[in-house]
Amino acid sequence: MKEVKCECGHVNPHGTVLCESCGLTLIEEKAQGKLHDMRYEGSARRSQTYNKTIVDKIWNFFSSVKVGVWLIVITLVASALGTIFPQEMYIPTIMTAAEYYEDQYGWLGKLYYDLGFHNLYSSWWYLVLIASIGVSLVICSIDRAIPLYRALNKQRVTRHESFLKRQRLFTTSASENIDASFEKAKENLAMKRYKIREEDGNILAEKGRFSRWGPYVNHCGLIIFLLGGILRFVPGMYIDDMLWIREGETKVIPETNGEYYLENKEFTLEVYDKDKDNEAFSEAIENAGMVPKNFQSDVILYKKADDSLPGEEAKLEQIKEFNIRVNEPLKFDGYALYQTEYRLGELSTMSFTMMNKKSKEEFGELTIELNDPQTKYDLGDGYSVEVMSYFPDFEFNESGEPTTKSRIPNNPAFVFKMFSPEKPEGEISFVAIQQNLEPFGDNEYQLRFSGIETNDVTGLTVRKDLTLWLFALGGFIFMIGVAQGSYWNHRRIWLRRKDDEIWVAAHTNKNWHGLKREISTILEGTGIEEPLDQLQENENQDSEKKNSNHE
Amino acid sequence: MASLSSNLLLIAFILYLVAIPFFGGAIRQKKGLDEEKKSFDKWAKIGIVITIIGFIAQLGFFITRWIVAGHAPLSNLFEYTTFFGMCLVASFILIYFIYKTSILGMFVLPIALLIIAYASMFPREISPLIPALQSHWLQIHVSTVALGEAILAVSFGAALIYLVKAIDHTKRSKSTFWLEVIMYSIVSVVAFIAVTSTFAITDYKASYSYIDKNGYEAEMDYTIPAVIGPNEWKVIEDGTFEPWVQVPGIINAKKLNTVVWSLVVGLGLYFLIRLILRKRIGAALQPLTKNIKLDLVDEISYRSVLIGFPVFTLGGLVFAMIWAQIAWTRFWGWDPKEVWALITWLFYAAFLHLRLAKGWHGEKSAWLAVIGFAIIMFNLIAVNLVIAGLHSYAG
Repeated sequence: MKEVKCECGHVNPHGTVLCESCGLTLIEEKAQGKLHDMRYEGSARRSQTYNKTIVDKIWNFFSSVKVGVWLIVITLVASALGTIFPQEMYIPTIMTAAEYYEDQYGWLGKLYYDLGFHNLYSSWWYLVLIASIGVSLVICSIDRAIPLYRALNKQRVTRHESFLKRQRLFTTSASENIDASFEKAKENLAMKRYKIREEDGNILAEKGRFSRWGPYVNHCGLIIFLLGGILRFVPGMYIDDMLWIREGETKVIPETNGEYYLENKEFTLEVYDKDKDNEAFSEAIENAGMVPKNFQSDVILYKKADDSLPGEEAKLEQIKEFNIRVNEPLKFDGYALYQTEYRLGELSTMSFTMMNKKSKEEFGELTIELNDPQTKYDLGDGYSVEVMSYFPDFEFNESGEPTTKSRIPNNPAFVFKMFSPEKPEGEISFVAIQQNLEPFGDNEYQLRFSGIETNDVTGLTVRKDLTLWLFALGGFIFMIGVAQGSYWNHRRIWLRRKDDEIWVAAHTNKNWHGLKREISTILEGTGIEEPLDQLQENENQDSEKKNSNHE
Repeated sequence: MASLSSNLLLIAFILYLVAIPFFGGAIRQKKGLDEEKKSFDKWAKIGIVITIIGFIAQLGFFITRWIVAGHAPLSNLFEYTTFFGMCLVASFILIYFIYKTSILGMFVLPIALLIIAYASMFPREISPLIPALQSHWLQIHVSTVALGEAILAVSFGAALIYLVKAIDHTKRSKSTFWLEVIMYSIVSVVAFIAVTSTFAITDYKASYSYIDKNGYEAEMDYTIPAVIGPNEWKVIEDGTFEPWVQVPGIINAKKLNTVVWSLVVGLGLYFLIRLILRKRIGAALQPLTKNIKLDLVDEISYRSVLIGFPVFTLGGLVFAMIWAQIAWTRFWGWDPKEVWALITWLFYAAFLHLRLAKGWHGEKSAWLAVIGFAIIMFNLIAVNLVIAGLHSYAG
């Protein structure tokens, strides 16, 4: 790897186009244009220098902005495809996904499902796209940032004439008194907060160099953000569970290793009332019918006491009382509980009266806790009821036997055995809502349905996400970088003595209008002419040429 | 106070409308003579003063509505879109003082006007906040997004000026065609506003019974005549206008009908304008742009993207993620609105890379700014009305 020594004496790395120190052209064929390509200061970028080994080729592929932009555009189009129909996580679970898409959207829906677009954002190829963008970010940044840093760090004040001439803003002007002109210019430059360096009577004024690092800082932020995404795949970093808990109930919070318990004191659903709430809402409430105002669970958080023994019922210590609402999750020990769902009016108890069918005489009442039924209810005086079977969510299965669909008491049914002084061996009765069967012939007694109580159930999302800080850090660094690169400009003005002339050249990474205006105030009263925009002149000449061709 | 609020919006709307010709007057002056330069300044000054008064009136609308509702008026499509229009005007005022370009007023103010008029086609009553929206992040997230998108929209305005000036209108080309497509799209928005308000004034209503996508009978109320009828429609009252076409149940016939009306009336309006002008709309606008330098509008367009991109990222992604984590338990959930915010962000990221690294200046960059604005509008209109996800309350 040969290094290149410039005539100014500075040793440049192999592949440098413009000498890092004085700006002299080192590789003629890469600096052909009338103006220099100043994007990376003509520094030696690996991707522009080596192309032999497979590593070089991969490096060069990912360091290309063209490839990067294509990756962005492909990701963009793919993301858009995923919004044509809802993703699988947003469809109702009434039927299988395959059936749902075809049923709702016809052959297009079937195609969408067959192509796997119903889970597009977690498909392997989408993840490959995102990962490629990540790789591109890393390689692009390294390929450019390091040589750029070198070039900006090594630059000297006195730049080669060929370098100055081929800047976009450049002019020469004759001056009687160069020293006076320079003094005045220095004063004005200082007023505009330029950092001024001098060498052999020449000036380099520079400001906002740190804005050049903006892109690399924001790329770092993005990479950290993407790392957060990878970290999520590590077990234990991310928890997503659901806790259904009835009013009055205390339950262990899942995924907490049995350490935390939650009691639901009350669940409240409020809707806006057009007479009580803000008058201004009345029209909207009337049009919408019902507008929810608040979903709230009043809960108590408990922690299992340290001296609880396994197998024993846990001793609980109250940690705090809290009202969980939408937008106000309960946070503790890295966990968060969110109000996300509810079920109103779930059956909680059912009451029955035991009665003689003929005489209609009653012999006491029993109330069954549907979520925790006892096996036997003693009604006194020799009357009692035994619960032989309980089906919380009753239905007949395919072979015609009674069974339960779930543990939730949506449709409770019981097989009771009723004991009485007359029938000490018991009478069997099957009781469900609107049904009363006596499978073994006529009974003397019956259980008459006498009332229900209902209960609200709250659905809380249990969340723990130990990757959040990484996403937050990445996002924060990205915002700093993007602001740094967008809201500041890197401006340089070179003033050089050349016999009786003053050479002025200037460069900015963006916002040329701003630079031109600034230069005109800086050079006011110095006797130095404002530099000309050589790019614009070229364009004007081009368009004149075009016009003359038309004629 | 609620009526004061809506009157202030009307006043703002009228003032913006009045300001436009003043910016036009500022352009029509020939340059060169000092005296005319002064009159140039005078016209533009009156224009900008009227615009600022209009802006203050709209700010008054915003504040009074906030007071009446008790929450920031950013909670539905009408409120969001009017605020977006206000931000667009604010961005224009800011850019005007940086670059002193009155022609930008000729292009950006009409866009802002159309956006505010479009917003007014949606339900305007003050609505209470559902639980998911009861958070300070509502005003933080929504206002930052609107501001970011408005600044990006200024880049569209500047790009439009660039294209109108730079394109060779003497012969038909791809560029003239696509420029006319932009003009036709704008005319179609005018048509949408005209059609909707005309039938609203006449209080048009027609109801049909139909079979919905799940095979159940349902009823659909139209507020403009139903050229496109729903699946197996039947008129409920005799004498109701009978639709010409019917569409299957999975397509929302009412929305499609509105779109078809806007596009067809827009086409009529467009050809009427062409007939009057006797040339392409782009060509007719070109003389307005004769005093502006191409590289200046190019720079305005680029700078707007540079200024708007970080603001959009902050509001549309960062604040959005923070709030989503609080309200929806996760900061990202691939909801259509989220995905389209990501698409917008990716697009402008590609725009900046093409410009910085591949040297896409001038016309190419201007077309990109147009596409970017189209994506923003798609996210505002189509994603709310057609795709609809968790953000659907925004409609």
